[in-house]
Amino acid sequence: MYDIAKTESALEQTDIKIAARNVQVFYGDTHAIKDVDVDIEDKTVTAFIGPSGCGKSTFLRCLNRMNDTIDICRVTGDILLDGEDIYDPRVDPVQLRAKVGMVFQKPNPFPKSIYDNIAYGPRIHGLARTKAELDEIVEKSLRRGAIWDEVKDRLDAPGTGLSGGQQQRLCIARAIATEPEILLMDEPCSALDPIATAQVEELIDELRQNYSVVIVTHSMQQAARVSQKTAFFHLGNLVEFGETGHIFTNPEDPRTESYITGRIG
Amino acid sequence: MSDITHGAGAPTPKRTTELVAASLKRRHRKQARLKWIGLGAIGLAFLMLIILVGSLVSTGWQAFTQTHVTLAVYIDPEEIREERLPRGGFDDALGASLGRMLPQADMSQRKIAKSVEKILSNGAQFKLRDMVVADPELIGQIITMTVPVADPYDQLNKKLIDRDTPEQNRRVKDAEIGYFDALKAQGAISKPFNWALFTNADSRFPELAGLKGALAGSFWALLTCFLISFPLGIGAAIYLEEFAPKNKFSDFIEVNINNLAAVPSVVFGLLALAVFIGWFGLPRSAPFVGGLTLALMTMPTIIIATRAALKSVPPSIREAALGLGASKQQVVFQHVLPLAMPGVLTGTIIGLAQALGETAPLLLIGMNAFITSAASSPFDSATALPTQIFIWADSPERGFMSRTSAAILVLLGFLVAMNAVAIFLRQKFEKKW
Repeated sequence: MYDIAKTESALEQTDIKIAARNVQVFYGDTHAIKDVDVDIEDKTVTAFIGPSGCGKSTFLRCLNRMNDTIDICRVTGDILLDGEDIYDPRVDPVQLRAKVGMVFQKPNPFPKSIYDNIAYGPRIHGLARTKAELDEIVEKSLRRGAIWDEVKDRLDAPGTGLSGGQQQRLCIARAIATEPEILLMDEPCSALDPIATAQVEELIDELRQNYSVVIVTHSMQQAARVSQKTAFFHLGNLVEFGETGHIFTNPEDPRTESYITGRIG
Repeated sequence: MSDITHGAGAPTPKRTTELVAASLKRRHRKQARLKWIGLGAIGLAFLMLIILVGSLVSTGWQAFTQTHVTLAVYIDPEEIREERLPRGGFDDALGASLGRMLPQADMSQRKIAKSVEKILSNGAQFKLRDMVVADPELIGQIITMTVPVADPYDQLNKKLIDRDTPEQNRRVKDAEIGYFDALKAQGAISKPFNWALFTNADSRFPELAGLKGALAGSFWALLTCFLISFPLGIGAAIYLEEFAPKNKFSDFIEVNINNLAAVPSVVFGLLALAVFIGWFGLPRSAPFVGGLTLALMTMPTIIIATRAALKSVPPSIREAALGLGASKQQVVFQHVLPLAMPGVLTGTIIGLAQALGETAPLLLIGMNAFITSAASSPFDSATALPTQIFIWADSPERGFMSRTSAAILVLLGFLVAMNAVAIFLRQKFEKKW
């Protein structure tokens, strides 16, 4: 198990963005996440790895309260974002999700134009006062999503008409258009081919300059390539959490080692 | 397959191939049989449809034309005096002009004069009266006008009355046939399109009866029905599907809405009679009450269709919007509902089409009254298309037989048009994601 004392000392550092303590998640009677403690650092890519059904996606969805939409899901413990408990009744999930963006496993652009896909978030949050400002946000987001050059001539075309890889980059651009502080990515490359995957990975690396990125991935190579910190989940437990290089080369827990070497999972 | 090979000892691939080959013929036969049964069912349904429409068209097409006679009417200042309008001897003026065209009829005999006058529709004198009232200058002049003939002569002209039947069994006597043939020989008889079918309200006389009253009644009733059931139905569906907590109470409501959709329509009619008319004191026979009643029946259909449409919107779209920080209400109204709209509209139009053809509840609230003017507001007494068909089908005059079929064709035309609109809307607004 991850050392509690180390966590306490890490909390005092200013670059901890999210601190999770004793997080438990129940789906009805199923105990999906068991007592997870984790620290997500600012301007860092943190990867969640583990076999299917280990709870890594469930835990990711706790970080922006997407689990609220599931009636039977219950979350206990503390998740602190900049020192504030996000499950405090006074916290509005709408405000939280504006701060914690999310990219999903399957590209899910709205059946609207490319422009409207990006502009939706800024519009509902009132981030732009004029059309010119909105245009600027759209262009900036598409540029940061590394898709501007491909779509700049057809912003009125439907977002659903793009290829899978382009759609996923569009979704990333859409997520960063609202200027979140943290970006959650739930297996963002699982529906993409290797070329599109490489483009998205490159993008994640660039996003690290400004955001704290948490990525759930099935691919250990991807975790090794893009992340600085890695958390290994197994059967709802956080088995090991540390520097990516350390986890992959010198895992402390035998379960981590078995997973990395391909014996479980 | 595995246990057979297991029982036979070592699994042999050849044996599987043989077994498959042996069963192939039987499987193909089964498939072919299913295909033929399916084709047969579709063919039978199609045949029934052709018989239905065919029989309606074969009796109904005659109602789309109406026999008219063109007369030169002398408006006698002795009989029709300006100061006495709108009263005057209009029927005598028409009879006299017919008499001039029929030299063989001795108009001085009261009985013969009456039978000659009866060639014309009862509405002819009112048409003449309205013309003279509108323009009293016509008094003293000879005017040419075309008026409908009475139903028996219309039937005669359309060859629906057999001239070979013995005279005592025939609606028109030999002498009357003689008058009619004489008029026809003079070229006074014409058979234009029967606009009166759409511009007149109901009448006791088939040649004057039209659907205007029924169309107006159905229009007001459907408008009321739509204005009430569409917003309420969609609102209820959105609440139940998106916002209501899933518990025993919401399950109970859901089961009851489904039951409501299956309640016989006559029960809704009784409810409307007791509540809207008996309790609230709303007027009888009013399309507004009809619309309220139909709304009760349409609402479950709209709720069920809307819920199904909302459910079919992929969860990924909701997640995308929620993930961007949209509130529940924004997700529903900016993403889910627009995507569900084709399904919602289809359900609504099918519900309204059902309401358009509904008869039983309207009979109970008195929308089968005999009303000779078209409703100009939803609170005027009116009939509706299906109840008009019911009234006409019940009428003994021969002319109503073809008019009943024609009215059914008009109703079917509206239903087909509404369904076509539903298909069009679904294809126009359907979006891929």
